[in-house]
Order: sequence, then C-alpha cells, then structure tokens
Amino acid sequence: MNSRYNDFFFSLLIIAALILIPMIGVGVLGLKFLFGVIIPYGALAVFIIGLIYRMVNWARSPQPFKIPTTCGQQKSLPWIKRSRLESPASTFEVGLRMFFEVFLFRSLFRNLRADLEGKKLIYGSAKFLWLGAMLFHLGFLIIILRHLRFFVYPVPEFVNILEKVDGFFQISFPTLYLSDLLILLGLSFLLLRRLFDAKVNYISYASDYFPLLLIISIVITGILMRVIIKPDIFAIKHYAIKLATFKPIIPEAPLGVLFYVHLFLVSSLAMYFPFSKLVHMIGVFFSPTRNMANDNRMKRHVNPWDYPVKYTTYAEWQEKFRDVMEEAGMPIDEEWVKEAQKQT
Amino acid sequence: MSKLPKPEDLIKDVNLHKMPAQPWMDVKPEFKAGRYLYAVEPQVMEDLGKPHLGKWQPYDEKWPLPEDWKERILKAIRDRMERFRSFKLFMDICVRCGACADKCHYFLGSGDPKNMPVLRAELIRSIIKGEFSFFGKLFGRLAGARPLTEEVIKEWYYYFYQCTECRRCSVFCPYGIDTAEVTIIMREILHELGIALDWAMKPVRFSHFIGNHIGLQPHTIKENIEFLLGDIAEITGLNIEVPINKKGAEVLFVTPSADFFAEPGIYTFMGYVLLFHHIGLDYTISTYASEGGNFGFFNTLELAKKLHGKIYEEAKRLKVKWIIGGECGHMWRVWHQYHNTWFGPFDYLEVPKSPITGTVFDHARDHKAVHICEFTADLIAHGKLNIDPSRNDHLVITFHDSCNTSRGMGIFEEPRFIIKNVCNNFVEMPENTIREKTFCCGSGSGLNADEYMEMRMRGGFPRANAVEFVHKNYGVNTLSCICAIDRAVLPTLMKYWVPGVEVAGVHELVGNALIMEGEKKRTTDLRYRPLKGMEEEV
Repeated sequence: MNSRYNDFFFSLLIIAALILIPMIGVGVLGLKFLFGVIIPYGALAVFIIGLIYRMVNWARSPQPFKIPTTCGQQKSLPWIKRSRLESPASTFEVGLRMFFEVFLFRSLFRNLRADLEGKKLIYGSAKFLWLGAMLFHLGFLIIILRHLRFFVYPVPEFVNILEKVDGFFQISFPTLYLSDLLILLGLSFLLLRRLFDAKVNYISYASDYFPLLLIISIVITGILMRVIIKPDIFAIKHYAIKLATFKPIIPEAPLGVLFYVHLFLVSSLAMYFPFSKLVHMIGVFFSPTRNMANDNRMKRHVNPWDYPVKYTTYAEWQEKFRDVMEEAGMPIDEEWVKEAQKQT
Repeated sequence: MSKLPKPEDLIKDVNLHKMPAQPWMDVKPEFKAGRYLYAVEPQVMEDLGKPHLGKWQPYDEKWPLPEDWKERILKAIRDRMERFRSFKLFMDICVRCGACADKCHYFLGSGDPKNMPVLRAELIRSIIKGEFSFFGKLFGRLAGARPLTEEVIKEWYYYFYQCTECRRCSVFCPYGIDTAEVTIIMREILHELGIALDWAMKPVRFSHFIGNHIGLQPHTIKENIEFLLGDIAEITGLNIEVPINKKGAEVLFVTPSADFFAEPGIYTFMGYVLLFHHIGLDYTISTYASEGGNFGFFNTLELAKKLHGKIYEEAKRLKVKWIIGGECGHMWRVWHQYHNTWFGPFDYLEVPKSPITGTVFDHARDHKAVHICEFTADLIAHGKLNIDPSRNDHLVITFHDSCNTSRGMGIFEEPRFIIKNVCNNFVEMPENTIREKTFCCGSGSGLNADEYMEMRMRGGFPRANAVEFVHKNYGVNTLSCICAIDRAVLPTLMKYWVPGVEVAGVHELVGNALIMEGEKKRTTDLRYRPLKGMEEEV
C-alpha cells in the first residue's frame, strides 16, 4: 500500500469502528439509554465546556501588538480612495471585514494557483477550494437549522421556509434536500483534493481526513434514514424535544440501529470538535491579523506585558564620539546630558 | 562560497506539483553552500549580553547545544504562547487547506515543500502537539505530532531563516494565519539558546553601539552627505546644505542608513535633500538616530525595541515637532505596527501638519510619524512642487510594492501617485504580483548575505519573473521601490534574472524631476546618466 494514503485508511478504520460501536451497543446489547441519552448529553457537555475552555484559553493570552494584515489601501490622505474592507480603520469596518471573512470566506476567494511553465510563472484563478468550502460550510449550516424542527415546538417559521426552499427541486421522493447533495459535493471535493493534489496530500494527517470522513458518514446516515429507511419521525421528534428540555426518555417505537449510528457519529463529532482543528470555527474570530483595525498611528495599542529595554542613550553615545564630533565641528550637547543625568 | 548556477539551470529541477516520496517528518535539511546562512560570531552576542553557543556552524554534525537545551526551548514556547495570542491561536486553528501552499516565493523558487507556509508552521505546530498535548502524544504522527529533537532545532534554523516575514501567505489564509508572526517568534525562541545569524546580528551590534547598521560614525555620515551634496552641486549647480543634529527644527527626518552611503540608496537620499530644499522645509537629520531600518526586528522583538529607542530620545532632545520617515520596508512595518505601542504616548510631539500645504496628517495623529510618500503626495496634490516629468523620460518605470509597507501598513496609492506625477512612462507589473499580492525581493528580514545567494535568487525569482514580463513587453528599465533592502538586493536580483533593469527609490525620480529655483540646465539625472535628448551634451 502506498504510504501516501496511510493516514486516510487509518481514519477510515476509525470511522468503521465508530459505526460498529452503536451497532453492537444498541443492535446487540440494547443499550438504548446509554446511546440515546447518556452519550448525547456527555458529548454536548464536552462540546460546550471544551469550546469555552478554548475561548478562555485564547483570551487569556494578550495580543501584544496591533498586526492587521493590510490587503488594501490604508486610510491616509482624504483624497486617496481607501479600502474599508481590506484596510479597516474603525471598529465598524473591522466588523465588515470579519463578516466577509466568516460568512463568505473572502480571503479564500482570493486564491490563485501558481504553475511553472519552463522559466515562466503563471498565476491562474483557483476558486474551487472556495466553492468546495462554501458548499460544505453553508450546507452544514442549513442542515443544522433544518434539524431545529426536531428540537423546537412549535417549529419556527424560518425553518419551514428553509425546508421548502431546500426541498424545492424534489430531487426524489421523499424529498432529498439540495443541501444534502451540495454538502456531499463539497465534502467529496475536499476529500479528493486531499487524496490526489500532491501538495495537499503531502501536508495531510489522519486528523485531516478524519473530520471529513466523519461528517460524510453523518450526512450519509442522515440521508439513508430519510430516503430509504424512513424511521418513525414522530417518535424521533418526541424523543428529541424531551432531550432538549432535559426530560430524557427512551423512544418506545423502534427507531432502528441506523438512527443510533447517526446520533453516535454526531456525538463523536461534538466531542472531537474542541480538541481538533475544527476549533477554527471559533478561532477565526480571534485572529489578530483580521480582527484588528489598521489605525496604528491614530490610536495607541497597549501591550500589557511591555517592559523597558535598555538602549544606548544620547549621553552615552555622545561620550563615545565626542572627539570625532568636535574635530568635525559638530555640535556637542552638554545641556541634554546634564538633564538626562538629573533624571536618573 | 559556492558557485551560483546559471539562471537557466537554477530552477530546472523545481516542480511545484511533485512532492518527495518520504513524509516530511523524515526529510532532513541539507546545509548546502548557498542555501544556508552562517551562525553568529560569539563575540557579537557577548557584546550585547546575549547567550551563544560558542564557535559553530550550521553544517556541523553535532551542534554544541547546552545541556538543558530542551527545557529552555519548551519553556520559551510556553512563554510565547502565554504572551502572544497570535502565536497560540495560529498553532491551534490551521486546517491545512493548502491555500497558502504556492504563495511563498521561496516555495515557488525552490519547490521545497517545507517552504509551503503551512509546513513551515507545522515545524513548530508538530512539536507543540508532540510535547504538550495528550492526544498528540497518543496518536503521534497521525495527529501531526512529533517529539523535539536536536534535528528539529537544525530544521528550525534552516527554515525560519528561509522565510522573509513578507506576509503574502497571510493574505490568502482564510483565518489570517501569519507566518511572519510564527517566524518572528521562532527566531526569538532560537535566540534563547543563542542561535542566530551572523549577518542579522552584526548590524544589531553596530546599530546599538554606533547608531546605524553599517557602523558609520557621526563625522563619516557628515562627510558622506557632503560628498553627495557635491554631486548635487555638480548636477544642478546648487549649493544645498543638509541640517545635521539641528536643535529646534520642525521635523526630524529618519531614513535607513544605507541611503547615506550605498548605491542606489544615495540617489534616493539626493532626492529627499532636493525635495526638502525645494519646499524650504525646516528639518534635521540625526547622527545619533541615524538608522531607520531595524535589524533587531529580524532577531527578537526586544532587540527591535532596543534599537529604535534612540529615535524618540533624539526627537525629544532636538525638540522637533514631528517625524518623517524615509523609504523603507521593515522600518515602516516596525514604525507603523510597533512603535506606538513601544514608545508612545508621544506627548512631547505635535500632530504632524505640513508647513507647506497646511494638511494635518490626521491618520498619524497619535504616533506623529509620517511616511515620506504621504508627505510628498500631499505636496504634489496641492501643486506645491515644480515638476518636469520629462526629466525621467529616459526611464520606463515599474513599481515594486515592498512586502512590509504593503501588507503591514497598506500604502499603495501614495507612491503610485508620486511616480505618475514625476514620470511619463509608468507600467504596472501583472496584477497577481503587485499590491497586497506583491512578491518579496527574496532577501528580506536579514537574509541578504552573500553566502545565501542561491536561495536569494530562488526566492526573488517570482518578483524577477514579473519584472521580466514588463521588461520584455514594455521596455521597462527601472524598477522603483520604497524599501532600502530592495535597493540593496534588487540590483543583484535584476543582474541575475533580468539584466538591463536598474533599481531606484521613488524619491530619486522625484529628485530628477524637481525644477529647483536657480538651478542650471540639467543634462543628466542624479546618476550622471544623460537625460533624454541630452545625450550629445554630456
């Protein structure tokens, strides 16, 4: 086996194990309470506490310097057209920049590819990474919002509308949502890229394949449930609302092992989240090159651990060069030396 | 020193789409001549009161690391994570999407995967996982973790001094992860053991003890300036004086010291001098604060702060009202993003106001330092300069955005506005190689040593390639810039990749074009090259 794919196969193995656990746990041993109540609650707790821990941990380290990456014209002379988005000079403009970064992946949209043709470097557009990432993240968001219908009663109107739009194309019956297809498209692209783009493959670890495969498995089990197995939706909803209101029950109607597999994979993702690169979801908000204003010369940024550093003072310097300066007819400043001595 | 391969051979073996068979953790750097920098001489570190490893060189099989090297490094990493949110965060949130992979000039010129910014950061990220994280230790390589060994230290030295802190990757990263920040901190961490570059540290010693990076003593600076004034007199017929250490001047002018003594920076300096004379600015330069550039920044932030303290004591001593900074890249990164934090608040200075146009530089109201290009652009916009752009007609000019002024400050339009007003022939390089996407000269951040020539030519290749394009298609013969390191290293790069292109500071072009009161008819530019149509008269 080619070692380039070892990390991928290892991740695949872990996913297989994660699918097997609830299959045995529920299917064979009947541990419904464990898999239906304890593990989901545990995962939620780990997810929330873990993310809070990460945020507090980042916030605890100060950002000593104001280091925005300026990707556009600074605010300087009034007649020079400046870039509010790429070189924000106020909190509002920083907010705009962050909005575009977080929701539209603006920096990723800039992506280029470089190719060497003989002795010439050629730069081409490379928006597919952006597209794949958008499909995946946007799809994920829509799917999570759609799932609100299980946890909230009455179902918010926007969820209904979202579902209608999402199911508009009636790809199959029962409706296969557009977001399901798009997220799979996005995830497959990201995965294939990791496997077959030489550079991305070279930098990928198992911890890069694993979350992709895990989310793919979650999406597939979700689709399977909806389209093929069709478990008792009312029973699931009843169970989910009870879970959400902290009055957990074990669903009486048989939900099928697939439901528990889906749930266990989601729980695994939630538990894995705070300890992995997936924290970029929260971390991006903390990024000093993006969330700081390029107003360095307008507003002073204070470094809480700043300390004085000894430098060569004028007095020391003048003493060293007194002779050559006198010889060259350059002014000697006794006044300042005295003043400086007084101060120390 | 090694022999530099010919341009046509240098990048023959570069393949951007083929990676080594071995995983990167198994590939060790080879210290081949031309591709690494010499270690610092122990005396330099002694003089500055810093730790060092004695006499050693990177190619030594066994580096003389102190016994407790590992504890010291781990302690330094923890310390930096506590003090720099940037570093801690950047270690945590990379998803290895690879958007940065082909954005680094060193990667494009070498094809070495560890020059992909993502892998450069993995060199330390893997250690943080391997040494501090439970899951990292448990899963090892599968989670991208590895233990800290002496080999890793060698690798760090090789690759964190193969990054010019240009921030191009940070433009493309969806989370804004800035490899410059990682490199800055990794160099600090290596410094804790006394591992540093000779080429980057000797200028620190000079700057600290003498005042500028080349060690020009006060009387020498004066003599150099007088020499340049002699040239100005010959070219323009004007006897101009440059105020030195003048108390009570309105403006303190600080520029990288290379402008006092090295070609082609001296022509830029002549441009400044002509400009200030033209408008009658009440200014002074200082022989104490005679270095705008900051070699400390290439080593540790503490050393950077150590060197620039002089500028503010000098501003106080000379009782100036505000400060103008000359054309320089890292200098302005440090001035713009660090000075105000280090040395402010500047109560003893006034909000900069141009005495000629009355413009208040509100964007510098707190820091009180203005970039010379901001100052000059304002003068031109108000019609205060008497300019004959045809004096630059012998030149076809393109503009190289310096990394630091671009991505660490955002000054794009001011220099372009100046150039378009003082020249008639201006051509932009291809759009993916300018402005925020500009390419490094390949020698920035203290890597411009002769022994590093092969890597410098590789790293400068993307920039040179774009220049070659406009040279061939539009006859560009002048690469203008606003950075002293550019002026020091781009001529070498051009000679190697694009012969026939000279390098000039923007204010050299201004100096050529300024019609000075009482000047004689100019027949040459500031370099004694005949002006267009004057070839016969010279």
